[in-house]
Amino acid sequence: MTKLHVSTTINGDPFEFLCAPDETLLDVLRNRLGLTGAKEGCGTGDCGACSVTVNGRLVCSCLVLGAEAEGAEVTTIEGMADGDELHPLQRHFIDGAALQCGVCTPGILVAAKALLEKNPDPSDEELRYWLAGNLCRCTGYDKIIRAVQAAAAEMRGA
Amino acid sequence: MRYLAAKTAAEAAGALAAEKGLTRILAGGTDVLVQLRSGMVEPDLIVDIKKIPGIRGIVAESGGFRIGAAVSGAEIGEHAALCAAWPGVAEGVQLIGSTQVQGRCTMVGNLCNASPAGDAVPSLVAANAVARIAGPDGERDCPVADIPAGPGKTTLKKGEIITSIFLPARPDRASDAYLRFIPRTEMDIAVASAGVSLELNADGTVKAARIVLGAVAPTVVVADDAGKALVGTNLDDGALAAMAKACEAVCNPIDDKRGTIEYRTKMAGTLAKRAALIAYARAGGSK
Ligand SMILES: Cc1cc2nc3c(=O)[nH]c(=O)nc-3n(C[C@H](O)[C@H](O)[C@H](O)COP(=O)(O)OP(=O)(O)OC[C@H]3O[C@@H](n4cnc5c(N)ncnc54)[C@H](O)[C@@H]3O)c2cc1C
Ligand code: FES
Ligand code: FES
Repeated sequence: MTKLHVSTTINGDPFEFLCAPDETLLDVLRNRLGLTGAKEGCGTGDCGACSVTVNGRLVCSCLVLGAEAEGAEVTTIEGMADGDELHPLQRHFIDGAALQCGVCTPGILVAAKALLEKNPDPSDEELRYWLAGNLCRCTGYDKIIRAVQAAAAEMRGA
Repeated sequence: MRYLAAKTAAEAAGALAAEKGLTRILAGGTDVLVQLRSGMVEPDLIVDIKKIPGIRGIVAESGGFRIGAAVSGAEIGEHAALCAAWPGVAEGVQLIGSTQVQGRCTMVGNLCNASPAGDAVPSLVAANAVARIAGPDGERDCPVADIPAGPGKTTLKKGEIITSIFLPARPDRASDAYLRFIPRTEMDIAVASAGVSLELNADGTVKAARIVLGAVAPTVVVADDAGKALVGTNLDDGALAAMAKACEAVCNPIDDKRGTIEYRTKMAGTLAKRAALIAYARAGGSK
């Protein structure tokens, strides 16, 4: 297969890569660009572990072709902390023990951040529906919901 | 496999028509990429339509709306005027998948993937929506109702792509609703579903009703007699019972682990009843 040349922006930085036409953005991020924060849980859009944003929209990167990133703005979990300074969501996930194995965590953080940008004060129900596409095998979700709400409260105060 | 990001509808149609092997159109990719990965389909050419000018826009036209084929579910949900005029259409497409899937999935992809359980389709057919199609021989319009041909099959000809969907103007006292039944609250495939579009007279009786059922036949079915059973009524119990019976009469579902024939048939009538009551209230009817 002839490789495609793609120019894109990831977490604000310009990136160029070559990829096969049928290669997913998730595989490009992980295998070609060394951005292994996004995880592959299912590869079929069901688990949300691969969540990133493309042009501001939350998507599953396993359901996007690498080629579709041409000219796009992509953000991943790697862009969430500001240098050594963790994002409030990241801090509250650690403080509130909202993770165990951590496989779902990058996807949930990216998804939660996308919600808080749209709606800084979601109800628990809105939050649970928003995160319905992010599966977690470990936590039972409750601590995740509480950590996101704690971060949201802090961010509203800030 | 080759990937082409077409710059015009004509380029897309030309490339699809010229390709001898298997082709797929890439809108949101939420069906295409799942099929690619599972090896269910191995296309020779994928044509991405999202770079075609205008294909991602929603514009007012003749009192109604023209919705570009690449508009995502999330974008439809954010369009207040469209959601107010066609709440049933908006809730159908917004039931598809998760937030992540909503960021990508399109109504046209749902229609052309041609699953009998596609959540966007019943409301579109109930709305008398019309698809605009670009093909090697130029442009044509076709009712959405005539696009599905069976599971995984459409009536589109080789090289044809849908470029937009037109939703007509709404008179006063008109609205719609969509309901599906799934065993969970999110992320599942409809066992049965119903889209209902109603127009009321000034006195609150039904002037026109269009009832469309999903997941109970190889394609969505328009339940004409069910619609007729509501005309002239204000959705009294007798009318609703007659309507549900007429719905059951047109069901021809499969029997599987998700639901038996009897269950799907009964559910279709029940969902149509409930959707009709919601559409009636939205249209300003009171009982
Ligand atoms: C996790 C998950 C959950 C889901 N949940 C639901 C659900 O609840 N309900 C439901 O109905 N579906 C569901 N789906 C299926 C899918 O998301 C929908 O069918 C969606 O609407 C497909 O749209 P798309 O734009 O992604 O289509 P694509 O995958 O881009 O395309 C689908 C098909 O349509 C054809 N096509 C696309 N655009 C055009 C066009 N403009 N002209 C002609 N042909 C075209 C393609 O060739 C392809 O065959 C789910 C999928 C996933 C991954
Ligand atoms: S890996 Fe993408 S949704 Fe599971
Ligand atoms: S912490 Fe293990 S899957 Fe969520």
